[in-house]
Amino acid sequence: MPFQKREFPDKFAALSKEDKVGLLRTMVRIRAFETRVEVLFLNRRIPGFVHLYIGEEAIASGVMANLSKKDWITSTHRGHGHAIAKGAHIDRMMAELFGKTTGYCKGKGGSMHIADFSVGMLGANGVVGGGYNIAVGAGMSSMIKKTDQVAVCFFGDGASNRGTFHEAMNIASVWKLPVIFVNENNQWASTTPTSYATSAVHIADRAKGYNMEGYTVDGNNVIEVYNAAAALVEAARKGKGPALLECLTYRIKGHFVGDPEKYRTKEEVQKHFIENDPITRYADWLKGKGLLDDAALATMRAEAEKEVADGEKFAEDSPLPEKEDAYNDLFSFSPSEFPEVVK
Amino acid sequence: MKTITFSQATLEAMREEMQRDPTVFVYGEDIVRQGGIFGQFRGLPDEFPGRVRDVPISETMIVGAALGAALTGTRPVADMHFADFIGVAFDEIANQIAKNRYMFGGQANIPLVIRAPDGIINSAAAQHSQSVEGWVQNIPGLIIVAPSSPATAKGLLKSAIRQNDPVIYFEHKVLYPQKGPVPEEEYLTPIGKAEVRKPGKDVTIVTYSIMVQKCEEAAMELEKEGISVEVIDLLTLKPFDIQTVIDSVKKTHRCVVAHEAVVTGGLGAEIASQVQEKAFFYLDAPVLRVGAKNLPIAFSSVLEKFIAANQDDIKRAVRSVLYREG
Repeated sequence: MPFQKREFPDKFAALSKEDKVGLLRTMVRIRAFETRVEVLFLNRRIPGFVHLYIGEEAIASGVMANLSKKDWITSTHRGHGHAIAKGAHIDRMMAELFGKTTGYCKGKGGSMHIADFSVGMLGANGVVGGGYNIAVGAGMSSMIKKTDQVAVCFFGDGASNRGTFHEAMNIASVWKLPVIFVNENNQWASTTPTSYATSAVHIADRAKGYNMEGYTVDGNNVIEVYNAAAALVEAARKGKGPALLECLTYRIKGHFVGDPEKYRTKEEVQKHFIENDPITRYADWLKGKGLLDDAALATMRAEAEKEVADGEKFAEDSPLPEKEDAYNDLFSFSPSEFPEVVK
Repeated sequence: MKTITFSQATLEAMREEMQRDPTVFVYGEDIVRQGGIFGQFRGLPDEFPGRVRDVPISETMIVGAALGAALTGTRPVADMHFADFIGVAFDEIANQIAKNRYMFGGQANIPLVIRAPDGIINSAAAQHSQSVEGWVQNIPGLIIVAPSSPATAKGLLKSAIRQNDPVIYFEHKVLYPQKGPVPEEEYLTPIGKAEVRKPGKDVTIVTYSIMVQKCEEAAMELEKEGISVEVIDLLTLKPFDIQTVIDSVKKTHRCVVAHEAVVTGGLGAEIASQVQEKAFFYLDAPVLRVGAKNLPIAFSSVLEKFIAANQDDIKRAVRSVLYREG
């Protein structure tokens, strides 16, 4: 079934060569991080659960290129890519995955709770659909303080079936809040296909019920994502209210690292990866335009891998928390002020 | 001192804090057009245009958005309409507002207040009568307060708004129209401090919210029987001021905990447990709990009254820890 298409103004065309290549660099950095994290997890160097963003990099890269550090995002359990694209540092992210004190959350959060408030990354979320209303609240802050800050809420196809989706979309539209809801429709909610679990043919169709603009784009085409986000973010910044942007993509890896993936065939995954890898597609496009060559791409990859390796070393060399650190950070005051809370 | 109602006291707190800090704003169901279902917001919308807002019936949004706003530089006050509706937003309460600061290693403060009118009133029945502090007492990361008078209502609400952590503010529906003395000058009621409402030497009653006045009344009657009761008003339910309780029990050697919520799994169980852990050898009797029967609050007033705890239950418990008949 055809989806809600709109020709967005080609803001991408006006980007400098550096910025165009920069979109690829973000994607390559995310890929390098995730590829190494998978190995580290399988080698039991990282505990907990890890959900990889491989194959979806064009969305974070294309959307975030339209935001400043003052803008906010809310992320998901599959949030490493969002953090990197928003400006979080790979070394501190890696340290968090290792549970070290130098990690963004001092080892209290891990993969599902990475946040970097200094760049407006309001946190990954372990509860599917938990981010919508946090983004709405950020939009309220913008409204109350009369700033032009925008909040972007990333969410998956599975999350679009949560009740929180409804409450957040409704108030955002009623109050014309500067919130962009970016759906990453990667076709799979854990083991359940979107086609089975979601009544809407396209998740963007749901925007209509909220009197909100909703569009579907090819989420593996970073140019399309960039242009759509540019138009919607600019409109939100000018007070024109929220929008829903559905980015069609595909989850190349299992729901979590270690997922046996019995619910789909290897062939299906391979086909998507070979034919539709967002990095290959965009690198080829840049090469075709003479903006990139094989040597430059190889250098970019090597730099990204080195950044990740340095991050890993930083994480390894960093100290683990002291046991008593568990008492800190629960409240704005010291635990000794209310000893009965924790003792 | 001036004499105003509990409802007016909360309104004064809102007004003063909104004047003091332009990032304070408040929203909830029916607070602009109606002035709040108990009139507790009447007049406020006109004084602060745009900063007092009606919202759709969307409880997960009401709590979740408060978190997002608090994380990004404002100080939201969110009204739940009825405390019972916290259940609709339980993920936001238990997994989001309570845990964000900790999960993120203390990166951001979470200055938000959830106002939650609770308690039994006029046959409101099972879904509009509850005292739900037990639901949230178990969750690390929350601060919970429950004023018992106009003066504490104002002072605690002002403190809650200034607190850089999530605070649930339980306000008993029966208290709204009650009048009491409130200082003329500005003041704050500190979070985390209990107050001794009535000194006594024979039995300590630990209580809060609406039950404070019921315990005080029961204590007056018990005086006639020659029993001297000390009444402690907790004010902050989490983290509660166990030191004041222990100091009192060491003096009286006997303790009763009274609340309107059901006894099972209630705050009384936690207090009783801590008293025996920290002052076991000072006790001359088991710590007794007074609270609602372990039932939903029924509609018919005969049933409602039977299920709720009353002064007689309090008096009976006090006599019992003194091993007296009756």
